[in-house]
Amino acid sequence: MLAERARSVASRFGALVRTSTFQLTLFYTGLFSVSAALLAMFFYWSTIGLLLRETDATLKAEVTGLAEQYLEHGLQRLVQVIVHRMGNDQSGSMVYLFATRDNQPLAGNLLEWPRIEADVDGWVEFSHRRADGRILPTRARVYGLGDGLHLLVGRNIEQLQQLRQVFNRALVLGVGLIFVLATGGGLLMSSRLLKRVGAMTAATGDIVAGQLDRRLEIRGTGDEFDELATRVNIMLDRLAALLATVRHVSDNIAHDLRTPLTRLRNRLELAARDAPAAVRDELEASVEDADQLLATFAALLRIARIESGSYDAQYEPLDVGTLVNDAIELYLGVAQDKRLALHAEVEGRAVVRGDRNLLFQALTNLLDNAIKHAPAGSLVKIVVGLAGGGVVIDVKDAGAGIPIGEYERVTQRFTRLDQSRSLPGSGLGLSLVKAVAELHHGTLSFSDNAPGLCASLKLPAA
Amino acid sequence: MHLLVVEDDRDTREFIRNGLLQAGHSVDVAADGRDGLFAATTQQFDLIVLDRMLPALDGLTLLRTLRASGNRVPVLLLSALGEVDQRVAGLRAGADDYLVKPFAFSELEARIEVLMRRTAPDGPATVLKLGDLELDIMTRAVRRGAVPIDLQPREFRLLEYLMRHAGQVVTRTMLLEHVWDYHFDPQTNVIDVHVSRLRGKIDRGFDTQLLHTVRGAGYRLALEGVSDAG
Repeated sequence: MLAERARSVASRFGALVRTSTFQLTLFYTGLFSVSAALLAMFFYWSTIGLLLRETDATLKAEVTGLAEQYLEHGLQRLVQVIVHRMGNDQSGSMVYLFATRDNQPLAGNLLEWPRIEADVDGWVEFSHRRADGRILPTRARVYGLGDGLHLLVGRNIEQLQQLRQVFNRALVLGVGLIFVLATGGGLLMSSRLLKRVGAMTAATGDIVAGQLDRRLEIRGTGDEFDELATRVNIMLDRLAALLATVRHVSDNIAHDLRTPLTRLRNRLELAARDAPAAVRDELEASVEDADQLLATFAALLRIARIESGSYDAQYEPLDVGTLVNDAIELYLGVAQDKRLALHAEVEGRAVVRGDRNLLFQALTNLLDNAIKHAPAGSLVKIVVGLAGGGVVIDVKDAGAGIPIGEYERVTQRFTRLDQSRSLPGSGLGLSLVKAVAELHHGTLSFSDNAPGLCASLKLPAA
Repeated sequence: MHLLVVEDDRDTREFIRNGLLQAGHSVDVAADGRDGLFAATTQQFDLIVLDRMLPALDGLTLLRTLRASGNRVPVLLLSALGEVDQRVAGLRAGADDYLVKPFAFSELEARIEVLMRRTAPDGPATVLKLGDLELDIMTRAVRRGAVPIDLQPREFRLLEYLMRHAGQVVTRTMLLEHVWDYHFDPQTNVIDVHVSRLRGKIDRGFDTQLLHTVRGAGYRLALEGVSDAG
């Protein structure tokens, strides 16, 4: 349960991360972070860096000056100068030390030679305890004077370091904040976008699955998604209108041809009564042909009437088990002639609210199909079950089945798959079943019965 | 038999009239509801073929008026295709049968024959007989001559219906409606299979065939094998 939840969260997160918005956000976050870092570096170089360079210049000048004093006037003079400089330093930020080879201080305000690499002629940074007890960070330059004597001139860089710390903290905080805000914003935007695109994907999926009257949601925000949804909806409306026109044309043809065809049929029938035997057979066969055509027209028109809602269905509570058993009883003879076993499994009491005749028609159409396609000696089964507040009627055969890609097509009018072209039928049977299912707020779906076809009629339970 | 055809469409009216005349009936016609009601109330008919949609007075009102005045003449209601399915409404208004246009003449003829025979004073027979075929409604026993015939419940109902209308053409639609009690169009000849199984039980091994197929129309249970329904 928990693992499942975690997995679903993970998969949702994965979907979020895969969105182009999120990836774009991530890219911009990176780019922004880099430019922020560059900017910070420039700031550092032009502020703290400047102070540092100034300090270094001062120290260098100082140490060079002192060294010259030593070289020109000797040790005594150097000590004097150092003492003098110390006296002049009112800020107390300067550090001086003149020491012997073994680090014995000769002059200066440092109590001892700091524990540093005795790197002659180099820059050092160290902390030292002043006479008043304060520990001060110091940057200094060391200068070797020859004969093992060495000189150190330094400056208190406490303020500089504090500044540097403030800067560092600001840098870390700033970049962190940029990263968090950008990532969070990206996630938020992506999830909103994902929701919107997800809704569109779901809607188009439904349309592809056959809900041709489904449309994309328009939120009224006037954004580009609304624009897209509006355009797609207009496109779908056009397609629907086109489809309706095609359907109307065929329905009207059926409607308009029925009356003259019936008249023709009836003339043939009356003529056959008085005709000599040889002609009579031909006439009667023609009447049967006409009847077949009329039956096709009738089926086409019935579908049209059911779909358009002009069929006046009589709704009543119906026991599906009874309908199934009646259908089986009706088809038992046909099945036995084909050496088929015909079984019904009815689980529980399945009651639906529907039109008795239409549902029986739908059921027999499915059964008729199954029997037509079942190979001799196989089993045709109707299974009635309850699932998810609905009644499911599965009609299963062991025939050739329908390729998965053709599931949608077989419910369209006059669709006859190659394998059933040799069998009798008008190609309207499943269209009618689908129309009846939808009239009852149900569905008709197909699955592989391995081998064969399982046609499932799902109806809401009464 | 004397029939009245109330139909405003001239072609349909003449067609029905000619067909019925050919079948040996006498036929009166009316072109609108008012004339139809006048004819129906002033003359005695064995059956009225009544269109639903009529000028002056519509078919359902005519029918209700007729029934309200105690007239029990059998009425076969016709309705044009495309109108909503109001078979039930038609039957409720007092029609004895209902047919949607356009229809096969054999269907109309078979239904007319059955309706007219329904009013014939047969008496509530409990044993139906046709030649040496006997069907006892009470004991559910069927015999042909001395041979008992074992029938499934549906086969029994089928035979009973055929025997009640012996000598008449019974269409497949009529069998579906009365024996199976469903109004639908079977895709395959399921009815033919049931009839041929019944034929196997009542006719096989006997000299006289009783159950005949009438091409283009349906079936007829009769002693003579002439398939002419007239």
